[in-house]
Amino acid sequence: MLATNRQKALGLIGLFILLLTAMWMSIVYGYTDTNWRQAITALIDNNGSNAHLVVATVRLPRALIAAAVGASLAMAGALMQALTRNPLASPGIFGINAGAGFFIVVMVTFFSISSMQMLSWVAFIGAAMAAAIVFVISAAGKEGLTPLKMTLAGTAVAALFASLTQGMLAMNEKALEEVLFWLAGSVAGRKLELLATVFPYLAAAWLGAMLLARHVNILMMGDDVAKGLGQRTNVIKAAAALLVVLLAGGSVAVAGPIGFIGIMVPHMARALAGIDHRWLLPYCALLGGILLLAADIGARYVLMPREVPVGIVTALIGVPFFVYIARRGITTK
Amino acid sequence: MEALQAKELTLAYGEALIIDRLHLTIPKGKVTVLIGANGCGKSTLLRALARLLKPTGGAVLLDGKEIAKQPTKEIARRLAILPQSPTAPEGLTVLQLVKQGRYPYQTWLKQWSEEDERAVARALAATGLTELAERPVDSLSGGQRQRAWIAMTLAQETDIILLDEPTTYLDLAHQIDILDLLFELNEKEQRTIVMVLHDLNLACRYAHHLVAIRDKTVYAEGKPEHVISRQLVKDVFQMDCQITYDPLFGTPLCIPYGKGRHILQKEGVS
Repeated sequence: MLATNRQKALGLIGLFILLLTAMWMSIVYGYTDTNWRQAITALIDNNGSNAHLVVATVRLPRALIAAAVGASLAMAGALMQALTRNPLASPGIFGINAGAGFFIVVMVTFFSISSMQMLSWVAFIGAAMAAAIVFVISAAGKEGLTPLKMTLAGTAVAALFASLTQGMLAMNEKALEEVLFWLAGSVAGRKLELLATVFPYLAAAWLGAMLLARHVNILMMGDDVAKGLGQRTNVIKAAAALLVVLLAGGSVAVAGPIGFIGIMVPHMARALAGIDHRWLLPYCALLGGILLLAADIGARYVLMPREVPVGIVTALIGVPFFVYIARRGITTK
Repeated sequence: MEALQAKELTLAYGEALIIDRLHLTIPKGKVTVLIGANGCGKSTLLRALARLLKPTGGAVLLDGKEIAKQPTKEIARRLAILPQSPTAPEGLTVLQLVKQGRYPYQTWLKQWSEEDERAVARALAATGLTELAERPVDSLSGGQRQRAWIAMTLAQETDIILLDEPTTYLDLAHQIDILDLLFELNEKEQRTIVMVLHDLNLACRYAHHLVAIRDKTVYAEGKPEHVISRQLVKDVFQMDCQITYDPLFGTPLCIPYGKGRHILQKEGVS
């Protein structure tokens, strides 16, 4: 673990350089390999050739989306783990992916919407609706928002939306074909405008998370201690939940549901930077971006020349990691 | 002078009434100990005094003003609470924990000042933890861990400190160690200490003011020497006992009846 603030700051700079390198590799490597020089000229002085077009309209958006979505999912995961005080929590626990999926399927089935732009808004709204339902259910009752109630309510709502989605897909095969691509989760084939639509929300949430970090540290000490120190815990919890919705909802709107980044990365970040959220959150952002970029580059090579959805690659990395965390949690108790 | 006051205080969890129209005055600059049987509501009362629990009726007053109507951050600069067996996040160091005690003094603009730094150093020194500052809290012994949490409340620099069973899970030597520390804080710095204790004899030894809770209200309060009697112990704890005096301090000492060894011997079981 990096001990001093100086070491942590240097680590952050190192990770930032790694992120830029990963973005660069994501632009250069793939089915149509370009080289460094071509990629640069494509970005500065595009001559409209096939190779240049691939770089500017396919690879660059893909790299930017992977970085932004990876960063957002990882930060959302860290906030979620703090909020539920559960190291295996992910944004999915708020029913965000399930809610987005359900709304997408409803819109495709009943309103035949197929524009990516429209669907991304639908996904965002679905994610927010599911999270709002979870929040209202878990805030009811005398103790207010306890970690256990949030986890239970979230799991129940996620299961409900997921089964409704499956039921509708089972009855409507045409819709299945259209949304299956979306439901797998991918950063490929998305236009830059799609990212531009949600980017203001993501960027605002990144900033908000950094401002909230100090208060999240206090919340981690337990509700009674936090209240004793003069924190209005319900305000902090609501703010953190809103940030999770913006980050994870924005991500699912652009890339569909991509699992495991939100669970894995906060653990890697804690191993590097410790438990202070003022460091943990920026580490999560950079590591999350790097991991999703790496997974997306890997996705191009697993079944070359075909591509697998990046959500499958993250799951392939994530499942063993999940088991590792669960086992370590048991042995330390 | 009173530090804290409860007026007509009524506390409930849902439908279950815990404390019913209780009146209580916590004297300033003294050690007050709340005693009572398990489930009598003494911890609930302490939580309400620290504004962690909203009363269903009546009010808690701090310096004569209703606690619920003041900004919680301002309260945190005058009153600290250490809940029962708090848990620090895995890997948090003693220094990080104690620094959290300065939270009520921080704002968006003023994040960390020299005054904060001094308060943290004082709190570490007072609890004898300066050497252990960089150690993770979860690597410490039970007694040291409790000291670290007390250091956090000290860093808050409040006149009043409330503690819910600060000696639970500690062996006898560490119980004395923690209580001595709190007593010293009271003697040297005139801090008002209010705590819930289970051990009646230690309560008598350390309390200036003893409050016995029974039947959802205060059964008796005052100096231990005046308050403790066979009848009180019988009424509050449903237990027969003899009262004698602590040979070291002269404070009341309660020797409980029960089935000891000689009873078994009489029955020929030994």
